[in-house]
Amino acid sequence: MLNVLRAGLRMGRVTTSYPASRDPVNPAYRGRPALEASRCTCCSDCVTACPAQVISLVGSTLRLDLAGCIFCGLCEDACPEDAIHLTPEFELAAENRADLVEVWNVSGGQAVTPRQNGAVAGNVIPATEARRLNGRIRTLLARSLHIRHMDAGSDNACDWEIAALLGPVYDVQRLGIDVVASPRHADMLLVTGPVTRHLEPALRATYEAMPRPGLVVAVGDEACGGGVLKGSYAVAGGVDRVLPVDVYIPGSPPRPQALIHGILLALGGTQPYRQPQTVGTE
Amino acid sequence: MTSVAVQSVTLEDQVRGLLTDRAVVRHTGERLAVEVPVTDLPESCARLQHGLQATLATMVGYDDRARSGGYRLAYVFQAPDNWLSVEAAIDPETAAFPSVTPRLPAAHLYEREVHDMLGLVPEGHPDLRRLVLHDDWPAGVYPLRKDFDPAIPVPRVEGAPHRFHHLHGEGIVEIPVGPIHAGVIEPGHFRFAAVGEVVLHLETRLFYTHRGIEKLAEGKTAAQALALAEHTCGACALSHAVAYCQAVEALAGAEVPGRAAAIRSLLLELERLYNHVGDLGNMCAGVGFAVGASHGAWLKELLQRLNERVAGNRFLRGVGRLGGVRRDIETSQALDIQQTLHQVRGEFERFVELVLETSSVMERFRGTGRVETESARALGAVGVAARASGLTGDLRRDQPYAAYGALMVPEVVQSQGDVQARAQVRIEETRASFALAQQLASDLPDGPISARMPSLPPFAVGLGYTESPRGSNVHWVRTGADGTIDRYRIRSASFCNWPVVALAVPGNMVPDFPLINKSFELCYACLDR
Repeated sequence: MLNVLRAGLRMGRVTTSYPASRDPVNPAYRGRPALEASRCTCCSDCVTACPAQVISLVGSTLRLDLAGCIFCGLCEDACPEDAIHLTPEFELAAENRADLVEVWNVSGGQAVTPRQNGAVAGNVIPATEARRLNGRIRTLLARSLHIRHMDAGSDNACDWEIAALLGPVYDVQRLGIDVVASPRHADMLLVTGPVTRHLEPALRATYEAMPRPGLVVAVGDEACGGGVLKGSYAVAGGVDRVLPVDVYIPGSPPRPQALIHGILLALGGTQPYRQPQTVGTE
Repeated sequence: MTSVAVQSVTLEDQVRGLLTDRAVVRHTGERLAVEVPVTDLPESCARLQHGLQATLATMVGYDDRARSGGYRLAYVFQAPDNWLSVEAAIDPETAAFPSVTPRLPAAHLYEREVHDMLGLVPEGHPDLRRLVLHDDWPAGVYPLRKDFDPAIPVPRVEGAPHRFHHLHGEGIVEIPVGPIHAGVIEPGHFRFAAVGEVVLHLETRLFYTHRGIEKLAEGKTAAQALALAEHTCGACALSHAVAYCQAVEALAGAEVPGRAAAIRSLLLELERLYNHVGDLGNMCAGVGFAVGASHGAWLKELLQRLNERVAGNRFLRGVGRLGGVRRDIETSQALDIQQTLHQVRGEFERFVELVLETSSVMERFRGTGRVETESARALGAVGVAARASGLTGDLRRDQPYAAYGALMVPEVVQSQGDVQARAQVRIEETRASFALAQQLASDLPDGPISARMPSLPPFAVGLGYTESPRGSNVHWVRTGADGTIDRYRIRSASFCNWPVVALAVPGNMVPDFPLINKSFELCYACLDR
């Protein structure tokens, strides 16, 4: 007993104060890819190199879909002009799928227009119900949010990070957030994985078991946009192919702070990821 | 070189001595491949296993109808000094072969898998229920056949419900659990048959996270498929990436520069560290010892932050590259690794002391979830699970890869086969990994971090393997006519160890199941692919 007490005292407080204050930025972290449009020569080497197939080049419009991005940096390696590089920016959660599509206009080294929201391919189920009730949910849940985690075929990285939220360092209970055992007690479904064929019925049943209104948050490259698994016979290719999604948290996996950012975004507590309004040409 | 040649001749002679004249032995790279008539499969596999003290490392089936006119099977064995495969052609009309499972229980899941995925029928197999594919998958549709078109959606059908084994008798209750569980864990279904608190039988139904990764790899270039290897599992991401790279490098005959090999080993040890430390914390959580669970989680966090500083990703993703590594380790990073490991190691020792002297924890660990040595051997257990049951296998020592040939990897083994033994093995291995990583970080050789990859030859097979935190990973890659991937088989440690978990649980209390499960710490994602 004394040992236990001693161990606890010696360990002291290890909990982060994120989001009240920022943790030190790790410059090595591979987050949002940024393009220096003036350098781009439309060679499309990045398009070929991308294993998640999230980069496309049509004419002089380069699109990068952050939802399915695995943040590997192979685009950065492939670019002969050094035009694309990964930044340590990790707070990338967004409420609309289309907000995650970066659109760059590049033409022969000239930056032309500010970015605009991109179009999203495929049949995305619109997040109507919860979005309509969002104001009320936020009032009701802002100080006490119950989350049910659902692994819909993830590679377990996202799930390990969600588990870290319950540990001593991220400890989301300090923010009034807890993870519950039953969907019947949950206000939010936190879904990881591309939704495998074998788990789709369980995902639907879990969603149906949640009281309404409820929030659905897609966590990670596979849940947001299929990641490297797009086109497989065994996956739906993203949560929004099956359920309406309120918030998308990109990442492979998103680091715990990015998860907190996304969860709070669903509650209206933080700002969503917004694409910068001007293209970096300095 | 001479000694290697002498050795392989000896092995070849041994193999010839064990098999009939019908077997054709040839060398493919470092491996020996033995072609046998399909009717000889069970006998040949059994003889080689017993005669050479070999273990079944993986088994691959593939559709070779376009080239040789039929399907092919390769049972790959790890012999003490070499790898060898027993291969046979299968008639496409009957698609049948005699099951090896009655002779080699470790072949059980592999043969069920080729039955599901390729429609090959292992005749005499004791249990041909669905494994990878679930009830609503239509009959006669085989994803790994070449004429399966992934672009055409596979309809859901009203299939016969999975048949579980039922135990009948007074007081026996059946407890179904999952696939969705109460905690933040991966999905799988468990059926317990229990009398009161005591489990009589456990049956698992897994593969809920099956993502079709092996099929996705087909037709991709070797470089493109690396991301799939890395996304097979989060916790073993690097082990899979390196195993895959080594398979392709073996296939192409590429040499990895010394510095790249050392960086691979260093980062693989960092992967083992954060996993083992986290697993020990989770085992504390499994017995409700919150202080230990917190302590473990904190140390794991420190190690994952180190991963992020070194590799840009907390799961060491984005490091692997064919022919080497993508990222160098700068002097400042090597120093960071040494300093962080020094600090975490001190804390780890205090954590271990706390756990080991907490009697309520040790009481639950001791004698729980026992696996006898013979059972572990017969089922082909690997990794911590095997070494806690008296088996000594560790690929870092037995078949050194990356930079392990020049390192002393200590033999860690316990004999009791219970939860405590598995904890003890993890503790010892963590200590060894701290030392190995320190040694590697303090003395990285100079030189390039990657070599140019030659183009891949057609119809060639490469085998790559790593000792992941959970045990051996074996990746088998075969190229097609144009040098792209024709077949990719990932055999994770969890694939071997899931049947062992099912064996460890009966006789224990139902509430001990989470603890036993955590003591094996298997991945579902690694298994299901």
